Amino acid sequence: MAIELKQQKKGVIQLAIQGELTIYSVLEHKQALSPYLSSAKDIQIDLADVTEIDSAGLQLLMFLKQEAVSRGITFSLSQHSEAVVEVLELLNLSKHFGDPIVISADWKSS
Amino acid sequence: MSELDAALTVFAQEAEELLTDMEDALLSLETKPDDSETINSLFRAMHTIKGSSGLFGFSAVVGFTHEAESVLDKVRNGERSIDAELISVLLDSKDHTAKLIEHCLTQQEAPIPASLAAESERLIRQLTGRQTTDLQQSDDSVQLEIEGGGEISVDDNWLISLEFQKDAFRNGMDPLSFIRYLRTLGEIKQILTMAPELPAGDDMDPENCYLHFKIAFQSDANKQTIEAVFDFASDDCDIKILPPNSKFEEYVNLLNAQDDNHVKRLGDMLVQVGALTQNDVDHALQSQQAIVESENQGPSKPLGEILVERHVVQQPLVDQALKKQEQTKQKLASEANYIRVDATKLGHLINLVGELVISSAAMNLIVERHGLSDAGDVAASMNALVSSIRDTALELRMVQIGETFSRFKRVVRDVSKELNKDIELYISGGETELDKTVVEKINDPLTHLIRNALDHGIESPAQRLAVGKPAQGTVQLNAYHESGHIVIQIADDGAGLNSEKILDKALANGLVKPDHDLSQQDIHNLIFAAGLSTKDQATNLSGRGVGMDVVKKNIEALRGSVEIDSIEGEGTTISIRLPLTLAIIDGFMVGTGQDRYIIPLSMVDECIEMNANECEIDEIQHYINLRGQVLPYLRLGDYFHNQIADTHRKRESVVVVKSGQTKAGFVVDELHGEHQTVIKPLGKVFERLNGITGATVLGDGNVALILDVQGLIQAAIKNKSRPAPFLTSQRIQ
Repeated sequence: MAIELKQQKKGVIQLAIQGELTIYSVLEHKQALSPYLSSAKDIQIDLADVTEIDSAGLQLLMFLKQEAVSRGITFSLSQHSEAVVEVLELLNLSKHFGDPIVISADWKSS
Repeated sequence: MSELDAALTVFAQEAEELLTDMEDALLSLETKPDDSETINSLFRAMHTIKGSSGLFGFSAVVGFTHEAESVLDKVRNGERSIDAELISVLLDSKDHTAKLIEHCLTQQEAPIPASLAAESERLIRQLTGRQTTDLQQSDDSVQLEIEGGGEISVDDNWLISLEFQKDAFRNGMDPLSFIRYLRTLGEIKQILTMAPELPAGDDMDPENCYLHFKIAFQSDANKQTIEAVFDFASDDCDIKILPPNSKFEEYVNLLNAQDDNHVKRLGDMLVQVGALTQNDVDHALQSQQAIVESENQGPSKPLGEILVERHVVQQPLVDQALKKQEQTKQKLASEANYIRVDATKLGHLINLVGELVISSAAMNLIVERHGLSDAGDVAASMNALVSSIRDTALELRMVQIGETFSRFKRVVRDVSKELNKDIELYISGGETELDKTVVEKINDPLTHLIRNALDHGIESPAQRLAVGKPAQGTVQLNAYHESGHIVIQIADDGAGLNSEKILDKALANGLVKPDHDLSQQDIHNLIFAAGLSTKDQATNLSGRGVGMDVVKKNIEALRGSVEIDSIEGEGTTISIRLPLTLAIIDGFMVGTGQDRYIIPLSMVDECIEMNANECEIDEIQHYINLRGQVLPYLRLGDYFHNQIADTHRKRESVVVVKSGQTKAGFVVDELHGEHQTVIKPLGKVFERLNGITGATVLGDGNVALILDVQGLIQAAIKNKSRPAPFLTSQRIQ
């Protein structure tokens, strides 16, 4: 399972997505993440270990954000990996998600 | 001076043609007031006349046409609508223009007489009266307005819109890779990622693609190159690429620089300057087609509109292209599409072609006689060329009768107004072609017959209603080809001929004796006699009893015939039958004994071998039984007093010919087949020969006679009616 449930208490759920977030895994990811949307009040997703993300993966993140907003759930992304940041920058979506992004000095400049 | 005169002649001709076109256009506007092409042609006519009059300093014409032109310009731009009243004024203006031009041409130095000047003023008042004088010219500066994406700034950027379809991911597309690749061509100034149709909850399939992008892109690449980036995705993505505004000027310049020798389609023009790609145009055309199919009615949306709606091109650019297209059209329209050729040169050419046909026949004969098989191929292909040269040369003299016909629209319109009748003219067969010389000569007789139909034929609306006919009368002009002839029919649905009245008049005039023995048809034909009119009151149109005899004389002078067919109370149909008077025809050559005869191929119905089962000859009763049909016949050898005619050959053939509804069989010894025949007129001495209309020279130098089929059929019928009891050729049951 590429999703690790790090913490779950009082409706605050901390998740970490690991490995690839691409067309090959989005269906699996969606099925794994959907249950939380009906129960949680605050979802925090750690993207530190996302090694690869494509348009489908990005679309899934957009979907989660949209669902969360419509259900009144606080939704945040954190610890963006280099791959995620590159795509968010490319598509000018950082503002859309509105989460602070920490850019590590180790990354190649994108 | 003579050069100026020549120029004036051209001007006069041109002006006359333009005015005729204008009249046609105006009359067609009465039924189709929204046809922009017609309105354009009106405008062009006035514009051109104004321009050329200016060259010669005909200021009166310029002054007047200028007003008409401005009014038409407003109509063209939709600022003024065209209605019956305006059409009427414009028709008057057209006539007035003709008068002004005539005055200028004939009395160049003399000032415009007061009556013409007053008429000019009156018409100008009518033309311009109903609108405000100071209509502001619309601002020429083109407003640039760009809409697309809204939040994206587009000043000098390409605007690329990508709408991926649901299956994009499954088909292996990753929009990100396209966008990354796009960056190699230029700089992405701004990008908007959207998923406007992203469904909620379980409806969302993460493997579907819901992503849309709008990209402002700065690049020097051209549209094709940019589009090529997305080539791979074109099936799964709706791609629209809008050129930057800065490119606009470039495109406009390119558009203006396009050569204007022929009218191009809007899409092609825009593709050529690079504002659109072929893909854009194809898609737009598809959706245009789809709209037409789905709505299944009305005119389709213009392509330009669709392109702008699809955000692949800016409105001003489309406008510019349309303007350019219009300019090209106008330029082409104003440039002469015709070459004026001296008719004598044309006649000379046709004579030469005739000689060419004869000598090529001679060459064929020699090739055949010497059995030169290798020369045969060359000869055959030359033969084919010669016959197409022949056809083309003859076509040069052929004109469509439609132009002559449409002149009568005006006649009918004016006359019916004058007579307080409601008459509609229907024209059919206008594309029928005939020799120009014949067209010129048929004009007067036709005018006379039509005026007759309008005046005598059609009753007043009240009378028509009283006998249960629609108030509107109809006159129909029709033309068609029939076996080497052109038939022109003038049919009205009026009162028809009153036989008694005609007879009374004829008796009174002493045209017929009281103890006459005339058939109904003979009585009808009396109207062609001089000095007979059935109209009690002569009008300024017709009724003076001169005319119909002249009509008949004119038509007969053209080797034609005229027939009248009338049913009292239902209408009259007059059929004029004219030969196409071609110098060269396709003939069918037959022979009896040593003699050769040519039958015009168009009149040959069929050829049958005598003694076959289907065809029997009855020598005593003098008829041919052709599959149960009785036909009169003529043994050509006997008829032309050929000496060996009495010795009946074993193999005779029958050529069945027809002229109009009548048929007859010509019995001949040999069938020689088709032959290109150059008609050589016979000398004065032979003018009265029966059954022969001309001669031709064959390839071997011999002479063949061209048969007057109509005359021979009459002879055959007489021949038959003498010994045989039947009078008509009817089927034997």
